[in-house]
Amino acid sequence: MSKSRLTREQIAERAAMELPDGVYVNLGWGIPNLIAAYVPSNISVYFHSENGILGMGPRAKTGEEDFDLVDAMKVPVTLLPGGAYFSQDDAHVMTRGGHLDICILGGLQVSERGDLANWRVPGAKGAGGIGGAMDISVGAQKLIVTMEHTAKDGLPKIVKTCTYPLTAIECVDTIITDLAVIDVTAEGLVLREVAPGFTPAEVQAVTEPKLRHAANVPEMPLKLR
Amino acid sequence: MTCASTIQPGIRAIHDRKSNIANMPLKEKVCPTIDAAVADIPDGATIMFGGFGGAGFPNNLIQGLARQGARNLGVISNNCGTGEGELGILFKNKQIRSVVAAFPGPGAKYFQEQFDAGEIVLELVPQGILCERMRAHGAGIPAFFSPVGVGTEIGRGKEEREIRGKRYILEQALGADYAFIRAQRADHMGNLIYRKAARNFNPIMATAAKFTIVEVEEIVATGQLDPETIVTPSIFVDRIVQAPGKRYV
Repeated sequence: MSKSRLTREQIAERAAMELPDGVYVNLGWGIPNLIAAYVPSNISVYFHSENGILGMGPRAKTGEEDFDLVDAMKVPVTLLPGGAYFSQDDAHVMTRGGHLDICILGGLQVSERGDLANWRVPGAKGAGGIGGAMDISVGAQKLIVTMEHTAKDGLPKIVKTCTYPLTAIECVDTIITDLAVIDVTAEGLVLREVAPGFTPAEVQAVTEPKLRHAANVPEMPLKLR
Repeated sequence: MTCASTIQPGIRAIHDRKSNIANMPLKEKVCPTIDAAVADIPDGATIMFGGFGGAGFPNNLIQGLARQGARNLGVISNNCGTGEGELGILFKNKQIRSVVAAFPGPGAKYFQEQFDAGEIVLELVPQGILCERMRAHGAGIPAFFSPVGVGTEIGRGKEEREIRGKRYILEQALGADYAFIRAQRADHMGNLIYRKAARNFNPIMATAAKFTIVEVEEIVATGQLDPETIVTPSIFVDRIVQAPGKRYV
């Protein structure tokens, strides 16, 4: 078996397995935006967009775009039967008020107690932007972060304490990376699955905090190759 | 050309209605042109602008304000334009001195240049808190406790309180002199309906400004909108102008 880290699409495929039937979900920018394509056809998931859409469907076909119906990334989308439109404040009643079952965001750093940093790289040029990430992180019933396990320079993105500007504290429940599925628990980080071919020791070597795990850690059940 | 309805800071028209309600004519809110709709915006005004993701921006009013030339403006908007589009033209013209925004945006070329040069003051606000601060102002709530931003730089310097075992920060209500918004359809009283995700910030801003100017795709006779579907009731709207669906992208 070849041993390579997951692609972004494979991370999205694994994250989609975390969605039970019937949940209301918000997907953030980056890898999370790929997840909708991997939701199994036998379950129904209702997508929320913070600009005032619930029941958002796939991207609009070329030639059928309606630029009054766009997602939070400006992409023309569609509305599924049962969908609804509402104002931005009602959209955030849903985020902050704890009405969304699962939210999946990208991450720059996650700490061992579940702090998330995902909106600004220190020293980056320009004003930056928060968007809806802080409201979503605080309010989600379950928050999943999908990201590469390490930064471009090889340094761990799962750290003891975040050094990047925080999005929210103690908000992350599960981290899904190109190497592992990790749960944030009161006792610390628990390694639930590893990427095919990788060992817990190899994951630990690129993770700053200590990972707890069972004697045998299963591999992620991926279909994508 | 001017418009019949004018701003009356602080009191709107309530006093007039009470004192002279029996023979007061219905206030004319429909304005003949875009330029007339923005003619009396003074230098230094604070203005809220609706719109998100390219949808629901009052682009015709923005272009009118660019022609009108008011300067030293304080702006409240989710983002800061895309090139010259949306708010971009007002930044390009250097009409804006300060911004409250959630996501200025990578396409906000003119804003970013002036921000980097230290010419513009930015207050960065989480998107839902931007909504809620305006909603609070419109609802007469001066401040509120919020969980968003606790332990982050957003919470820095703000009063913090523990309520039922959780940490919260005090956020202040946010109002403005004007709201520039876009809707799909108005009647002559200013009742509004919106279209799809072009609704976004527009209804909130209508409640939070002293004087709300709306550009609409269509103006219909009063009574023609189904009262069950009206999103913004007329009490929140002061001036209406027809603006066919031209987009400045």
